[in-house]
Amino acid sequence: MRVTTTVNGERRQIDDVWEAESLLYVLRERMGLPGSKNACEQGECGSCTVYLDDLPVCACLVAAGQAQGREIRTVEGLADGDLLDPVQEAFVEAGAVQCGFCTPGLVVAAHDLLNRVGRPSDTDIREALAGNLCRCTGYEQILAAVRLAAERREEAVQ
Amino acid sequence: MSSVARPDSAAAGVRQRPGVAGGVGQNVARPDGTLKVTGEFAYSSDLWADGMLWGTTLRSPHAHARITRLDLGPALTVPGVSAVLTYHDVPAQKVYGLEHADQPVLCDGTARYQGEPVAIVAADHPETARRAASRIAVEYEVLEPLTDPRRAVDPTDTPLVHATGNVVRHLVIRKGDADAAADVVVTGDYEVGMQDQAFLGPESGLAVPADDGGVDLYVATQWLHVDRSQVAACLGLPEEKVRLSLAGVGGAFGAREDLSMQIHACLLALRTGKPVKMVYSREESFFGHVHRHPALLHYEHGASRAGRLLYVRAEIILDGGAYMSSTPAVVANAATLGVGPYDVPNVSVDCWGVYTNNPPCGAMRGFGAVQAAFGYESQMDRMAAELGLDPVEFRVLNAMSEGSVMPTGQVIDSPAPVAELLKRVRAAPTPDGRPEGPASDLRDLPGGVGNTTHGEGVVRGVGYAVGIKNVCYSEGFDDYSTARVRVELVGGRPVASVHTAAAEVGQGLVTLLAQIARTELGVDQVTILPADTQVGSAGSTSASRQSYMTGGAVRAACRAIRARRPDLAALREGQVVEETIEWRHRPTVPLDERGQGNAHVQYAFAAHRAVVDVDVDLGLVKVVELATAQDVGKVMNPAGVLGQIYGGSSQGLGLALMEEIQVVDGAIANPSFTDYLIPTMLDMPPMQVDVLELADPHAPYGLRGVGEPPAISSTPAIVAAVRAATGRALTRIPVRPEYITGAGEPAG
Repeated sequence: MRVTTTVNGERRQIDDVWEAESLLYVLRERMGLPGSKNACEQGECGSCTVYLDDLPVCACLVAAGQAQGREIRTVEGLADGDLLDPVQEAFVEAGAVQCGFCTPGLVVAAHDLLNRVGRPSDTDIREALAGNLCRCTGYEQILAAVRLAAERREEAVQ
Repeated sequence: MSSVARPDSAAAGVRQRPGVAGGVGQNVARPDGTLKVTGEFAYSSDLWADGMLWGTTLRSPHAHARITRLDLGPALTVPGVSAVLTYHDVPAQKVYGLEHADQPVLCDGTARYQGEPVAIVAADHPETARRAASRIAVEYEVLEPLTDPRRAVDPTDTPLVHATGNVVRHLVIRKGDADAAADVVVTGDYEVGMQDQAFLGPESGLAVPADDGGVDLYVATQWLHVDRSQVAACLGLPEEKVRLSLAGVGGAFGAREDLSMQIHACLLALRTGKPVKMVYSREESFFGHVHRHPALLHYEHGASRAGRLLYVRAEIILDGGAYMSSTPAVVANAATLGVGPYDVPNVSVDCWGVYTNNPPCGAMRGFGAVQAAFGYESQMDRMAAELGLDPVEFRVLNAMSEGSVMPTGQVIDSPAPVAELLKRVRAAPTPDGRPEGPASDLRDLPGGVGNTTHGEGVVRGVGYAVGIKNVCYSEGFDDYSTARVRVELVGGRPVASVHTAAAEVGQGLVTLLAQIARTELGVDQVTILPADTQVGSAGSTSASRQSYMTGGAVRAACRAIRARRPDLAALREGQVVEETIEWRHRPTVPLDERGQGNAHVQYAFAAHRAVVDVDVDLGLVKVVELATAQDVGKVMNPAGVLGQIYGGSSQGLGLALMEEIQVVDGAIANPSFTDYLIPTMLDMPPMQVDVLELADPHAPYGLRGVGEPPAISSTPAIVAAVRAATGRALTRIPVRPEYITGAGEPAG
């Protein structure tokens, strides 16, 4: 089948998609956007989190056909050229990245949290990101990164 | 000497060499950090080649079975399938293994564990490959699996998993008087369940057939060269025709020491003449790598009334599953570290590693030491209670120190601040009590937003533990790493490049090697070249050894360059200075028949304090806080050190409270992240980290391996805290709710 979507602001038309392929597979294997990660492919780890019409979803749980006519924003679409999003910048600075396999999903999920809540408490952050598994960091530096990103975004607004 | 621990303040007290930006001791950002936050970093599952095929694996559904019929025909007729291969298609050596080749590349007719690979398929789409694999007609004669490791220890009892016998290794440690007696004696039986490394990046890679008849393999692994030697032997190719490059690694924790898809992808690529990519699903990943050995531990501790340990006797059985993997080394660690970081004059340890038809077990962070620590630390609490002593005081009274003699007779010849670490975690500020009344945030309570309690039935407990781990390879192994460092003038400025085969698995070695090169060479611009087999072996990224070993090799290569060209600024355009160094730590020796000998290179220590709230009615646990203290010898990169300590502690929390591969009659009951739980951000508490820097005079920069100790003491500290809250014995981990409520605790 043919799937037509907008991905990171760009209109994409993909042919020969098999009906059972996930959005994650199409992004990674057919669109050349492997940034969204394939850690569990059953919606448990959050590594493939992308925006689907401004709502964060696990791309592995979205059938490719469901993306027809929708807008998708992946981790590859967060930076403005070479200018990292404050969340991305904070993850690098706070040591929140080790192996990095969870990072794309966490960056998108944290980006979504800060769009909704300006200055989340630590408990808010933990709850919002509890659907994103990380095996390397013990989350402490991820928490620090989200706090830092929240501060920077607030400063930028003021 | 110490720093209280927040990522931004951890550098306090670390002296920086003036004039070298980004050198040793500084908070240098990862060179791959930007690529990882933008999604551009290429992991092994992201690789792609023109015209590539997808490989998949058909695995045995039975833990023990004989194949009576195998018909590939239905798979070969599926459109899009290029190859279907079995045991008979393995061209040379049919078996492989990390320490001993006993594992068939593809099933040899007898499946010895559930998930043993039977056939491999290459096709033009991963789903085509999976469908074709499912059409392979296999008939099995199901055999009774040997699943009880206690039976495997008994040479008279059991069916044999391998003709060589079921005992892989029986290691005996004897120190002092075997018949020592004591006024106060406590005994205990403990059990550790099977933990999974649960790295997030699944086993994957791309094999590309080469024009010279060889193969190029891009793969996520922990040791490129040991992979290569096993792959080459099974393909029947000379090693130089098997070229490995490290693809991006999504975590490892020991699970990538053994081969997974490496030989399979190469076989398919060489057969089809096309690049072949293999990516395991999460479910397959649970069958595709070794796990942490489950353990049965029996301990007897004897002490004087004054609280001095007089003897420890222990019997430890480690279930290695169907193939050997690194079981001999795991046995060595559990046995030699089996009494913990304590001065014990009389020691008798027997440790067995055995074959069963359970899933194969091998390396996972802290291996051997993790299992033993749950036993000996549980015993230390039991003995303290028996003596009426405070558990920390009792530990401090018996803590080993520099000059102490290990059960192996090895004298500790560098700092061993065991008492200090314990005192520090005890002195750390304690978290506030839970605010009373309905204002409590549900999310801070056991059960969380499950809304299972508003505080009623919730009891707080505090527990302590300390652990010991060996660093680097032991028992006489020729452990080395190779570094090639090159300096040349680019645009009028000296630029260094560092080439090693050391696997960056997330821990930050690439950052650290560049820091070392900057400090040693005084050169700002340093490039870490991709790891591959075009340079000599770096040894494994395991045993907390790469900072020590490849760090040591890079330092030595840089110093050789400085010796040859003291003034690098005077290099002329076009001039190149290059040194390649194979660097070794001081030698170790094998253990003798009484388990005596200087078998280990370095010891590392950490202590934890855990504060927990337990809903004693429902058996739910909320870890409120973890405080830890660890001696790292030298902080090479503050954020990196903290990242290792936080991460290791979380894996220890997982083993204490939730992580277990449940094996029923040899079959894994929970091969998914739905049913195998790893700690989430809500499960992890805030942590206080206290880092000591007591230099080891034998190690580069005085550093001590950091990665494993946090995964050792966190588990028993948390269990001790739950015991303190509940009064339950809790002799088996992970602790389940029914052990806490009393509905189903095993005897211990």
